[in-house]
Amino acid sequence: MDNTSQPTTSGMNGLIEDWVSDKDAFKNVSWGKTMMWIFLLSDTFIFSCFLVGYMSVRMTTDVPWPNTSEVFALTIAGEHIPLILIAIMTFVLITSSGTMAMAVNCGYRRQRKQAAILMLVTAVFGVCFVGMQAFEWTKLIEEGVRPWGNPMGAPQFGAAFFMITGFHGFHVSIGVIYLTVVALKVLRGDYEERGYEIVEITGLYWHFVDLVWVFIFAFFYLW
Amino acid sequence: MQNNTNTQPQQHPISLYFKVWGLLFVLSSFSYLVDYLQLQGILRWSLILVFMFLKAGLIIAVFMHMVWERIAFTLAILSPPLCILVLIALMASEASYTNLNRLIFFG
Repeated sequence: MDNTSQPTTSGMNGLIEDWVSDKDAFKNVSWGKTMMWIFLLSDTFIFSCFLVGYMSVRMTTDVPWPNTSEVFALTIAGEHIPLILIAIMTFVLITSSGTMAMAVNCGYRRQRKQAAILMLVTAVFGVCFVGMQAFEWTKLIEEGVRPWGNPMGAPQFGAAFFMITGFHGFHVSIGVIYLTVVALKVLRGDYEERGYEIVEITGLYWHFVDLVWVFIFAFFYLW
Repeated sequence: MQNNTNTQPQQHPISLYFKVWGLLFVLSSFSYLVDYLQLQGILRWSLILVFMFLKAGLIIAVFMHMVWERIAFTLAILSPPLCILVLIALMASEASYTNLNRLIFFG
C-alpha cells in the first residue's frame, strides 16, 4: 500500500488498518530486534527514574551519606580492601558481556553448539553475579542497613540501595532464565531455518543489564 | 518488515570483540582505581563520568551493534533518553531547595 492511497475503512477496523499499513521506517531491522530495543528504551527510563530519585534524596539530606568505599569493603586474607566486592562483580558482568558478544558472533556463523555453550557460560557468570549480590545484601542487612535507616549515616541510603540493586539483580536473574531457555533451544536446532538473530536479541537484553550496571557502579558506588 | 532473509547477518572479526572486552576491563580498573586512590572533588567526579561514558559507549556501539545500524534507527532509540537531562535538572533544583530549607529549619 503506498502512502497516498485514500483510507477505505472507518471505525475500529480503520484504526487497525492504519496501524498495520506497512510503512516501515526501520529498514533492515526485524520486528523482534526493534521491539527489544524499544523495551530497553522504556527500561532505561525506569532505571533513570531510580537513579534520579537517588540523586534527589542524596541532595536533600543534611545527614552525611555513608562512605560506600568503606561500607562495601571486605577483609580478604587479613587485607582490608575498599569496594573490592563491587569491583569483582563489575568484572564478572563485563566478562559475561564478552562471552555473550562471542555467542552472537558464533550464532551468525551458524556454529550453533558454540553459540549455545557461550550463552550458557554467560548465564553462569550471571548466576555468580546474583550470588555475590545476595552475599552483599546479607552482609548489609546483618550490619543493620534497612530501607528506613542504617547505622552509617543518611537513612535514605538503605532505600536507594535495596531499590536500585534489587531491581538490577532482578533483571540479571530474568536474563539468566532468558539466556538458558534460548541457549537450550539453539542447542536443539530450533533456529536452523529462521536464522540466529534470536541470539543477538537475547544479547541486546544482556548487554543492557551490563550497561545499567556501568551507571549504577558510577553513581551509587563510586560517587 | 519481512526482509530478514535479504539482510546480511552481521559478521565482524572476533578479534574486535576481544579488543573491546579488554578495553572495558581496563576502563573498569581505572574507575575502581579512582576509588582505591581516594581521589576527591572535581577530579573524582569528572573521572567517574569519563570512564562511565566511555564504557557505556563501547557497550552500546560494539556489543549492541549500534554503529552498524541505520541512522533512522539509532536516533529513534538513542535520542529519547536525552529527556532525562531535563528531569535531572528539575530534580536537582528541587532537591537543593529542599536541602536549603532543611538546613534553615532543622539544621
